[in-house]
Amino acid sequence: MVKTPHVIKLDRQTGEIEVTANHWLRLAEASDDPVPAHSLLPLAEWLERKDELIGRDDVGIWFKPDDEPETLGADAANVAIIAVEFPAFTDGRGFSIGRLLRERYGFAGELRAVGDVFKDTLLYLRRCGFDAFEVRADKDVHEAAKGLHDFSDAYQTSAEQPLPLFRRRSA
Amino acid sequence: MYIYDDYDQALVDQRVAQFADQTNRFLAGELTGEEFRPLRLQNGLYIQRHAPMLRVAIPYGHLRADQVRKLAAIARTYDRSYAHFTTRQNIQYNWPKLEDVPAILAELATVQMHAIQTSGNCIRNTTTDQFAGVAFDEIVDPRPWCEIIRQWSTFHPEFAHLPRKFKIAVSGSVGDRAATLVHDIGLHAVRNAAGEVGFKVLVGGGLGRTPIIGSVIRDFLEPHHLLTYLDAILRVYNRYGRRDNKYKARIKILVKAMTPESFAAKVEAEWAFLKDGPATLTQAEIDRVSQFFTAPAYETLPGDDAGFVQLQAENKAFARFVERNVFKHKQPGYVAVTLSLKKTGVAPGDATADQLDAVADLADQYAYGELRVSHEQNLILADVKQSDVAALWESAKALGLATPNIGLLTDIIACPGGDFCDLANAKSIPIAEGVQKLFDNLDDLFDLGELDLNISGCMNSCGHHHVGNIGILGVDKNGSEWYQISLGGRQGYEASLGKVIGPSFAQDDVPGVIRQVIDVFVEQREGDERFIDVFDRVGIEPFKARVYQKERAHG
Ligand code: HEM
Ligand code: SF4
Repeated sequence: MVKTPHVIKLDRQTGEIEVTANHWLRLAEASDDPVPAHSLLPLAEWLERKDELIGRDDVGIWFKPDDEPETLGADAANVAIIAVEFPAFTDGRGFSIGRLLRERYGFAGELRAVGDVFKDTLLYLRRCGFDAFEVRADKDVHEAAKGLHDFSDAYQTSAEQPLPLFRRRSA
Repeated sequence: MYIYDDYDQALVDQRVAQFADQTNRFLAGELTGEEFRPLRLQNGLYIQRHAPMLRVAIPYGHLRADQVRKLAAIARTYDRSYAHFTTRQNIQYNWPKLEDVPAILAELATVQMHAIQTSGNCIRNTTTDQFAGVAFDEIVDPRPWCEIIRQWSTFHPEFAHLPRKFKIAVSGSVGDRAATLVHDIGLHAVRNAAGEVGFKVLVGGGLGRTPIIGSVIRDFLEPHHLLTYLDAILRVYNRYGRRDNKYKARIKILVKAMTPESFAAKVEAEWAFLKDGPATLTQAEIDRVSQFFTAPAYETLPGDDAGFVQLQAENKAFARFVERNVFKHKQPGYVAVTLSLKKTGVAPGDATADQLDAVADLADQYAYGELRVSHEQNLILADVKQSDVAALWESAKALGLATPNIGLLTDIIACPGGDFCDLANAKSIPIAEGVQKLFDNLDDLFDLGELDLNISGCMNSCGHHHVGNIGILGVDKNGSEWYQISLGGRQGYEASLGKVIGPSFAQDDVPGVIRQVIDVFVEQREGDERFIDVFDRVGIEPFKARVYQKERAHG
């Protein structure tokens, strides 16, 4: 049995952090049976079974980096959890997916980064709207959590801080 | 010059701490070499042939004297008492120790400098005209826009890990001195019919193994929309740029594959969502940044200085220096002076720590304590009184920085090549020296007129060989170093790529071949034509015929 990754959960309102075990399973494909609780389905699968799944808060979506948030659209608002996969931490497509889901499609559930996730991208992920980080099993999760605080502020507008620094600076 | 406030300083200080932590985790084995690589690159740290190389950002090529002194001190303490100015207006140290890099960064932070995003697959240092703010043909001062872009691109959360490196250049003038057509994004200041200033936006230019000239995707962008529009371009690139093959990952390949028209349409569609959003620039911010780039307290002078004019008539050497190294200024009685880092026998772009300190003193004495770096790898004092040029010239001569060759054949752009770079097929520096030696006679050199010769040690094109009137490219043939020569490239708004003349040459033959190329030019020349004019008129054939007349080339 491989070590399962831990998840850092961030309360976007208070900024508080909690490290928990992972309860969600990514299913490469669902059978015809009812989808079990705590499953994350590939976007295409989820869309196919949308009528059955929308509004279920124990089923979520698993985005690959080339999946398009546009195909989910405003339905994002009725999904409980979305996991975005980072096959390598240097693959930044998931950053755009996160921002689009949060800023354009009204996704308010848990946005989770999975895959090659560790300390050094956590703050970027947070700023792109992620609030759950499934840290690689071979990395120290508590050390990784510190990465959320590498910088105290930022210049740009982001999912976390809609006002760019220049609008706050001149205030 | 832009001065950091507490926000800017905090980000740079926190970056030093973050990078120190990354380095420590790497040294402790908590980060693998493969993981640390992209992280260190994002901070300008390469591992090269002999040692690490640290690239320090000089945002849009601007430096204060105290910063130059700090660069000199770092060169002495942590390196071999010299540093190298690059074609991207940055500076590189060739011999720092990995363990020392956090300490170097901490020193840089004390003078508001850093190495953030000087390498790696992220938005790099934004470059511009070395004469920004003083050029006689300026439409708008590009520096505030460069600083606004610097802040927007620094730790941009969405674009921290792009498919490939990303370079933006801004030109504020009628003439383009920033090679904007060979950048991922080129911004040109333009006036619309109503006389308002905005930007023409080009994307998908670049050199490397697939050189491409950028395409216009928007004729006029109102300045306050700059950042939302850049966000839209970068988002399209981040999502759709190729990540399967690093040689096809630059935005130019995406733009070409989609066609510039559909790429533009995709950007406009994305922009429709972002336009007028919170990232829209406010006039207050534009004003805040612009006030750092106001003109210094110029003296009111009637016009040309009599002594300056007279000395040119009396002293041929001074006249030459003025002809080549002095640039026309907006302000009457002032000029911009270029100090040449292209003396024969010195690697193009290299400066010693002592030279740096001395240049800092000259900047304090004659140029309001500021200087600039050009993408041709020279140093510029931008605001010099004409009446001070003679004294400045004497000092520069003593420092070996007064070679009157700006824009001439020996003002060679060259990359570090095989002497330093791991990717090199061949050396660049000895080739530059060979050519410089051949044309060391100033009379001959001046007679030849303006001529760009650029050298890259491999097809990555760090030395801009594609856009040199004469380009020299190092190629590998069965493990030995050969050189391919191209003619007819040029930079500026009419940028075009050179054409390869034929099979490549061995190192020892290169100066001789360049001599023959120059001979053909001289024979064909009418009046004062420049090399590039002759090339446009007669084409490549006469050059080819001469160079390959006897079988000197192989393969
Ligand atoms: C010594 C270590 C260096 C390495 C390993 C290196 C590596 C590279 C690579 C791989 C490319 C091609 C990228 C592409 O086309 O996608 C490139 C392009 C470039 N580099 Fe370097 N480089 C080095 C030093 C320099 C220096 C010293 C300069 C300036 C003197 C420089 C300036 C540039 C420029 C201007 C380009 C091409 C323009 C473009 O981006 O299309 N590089 N470099
Ligand atoms: S052109 Fe090639 S040899 Fe020259 S610095 Fe770039 S990568 Fe190295």
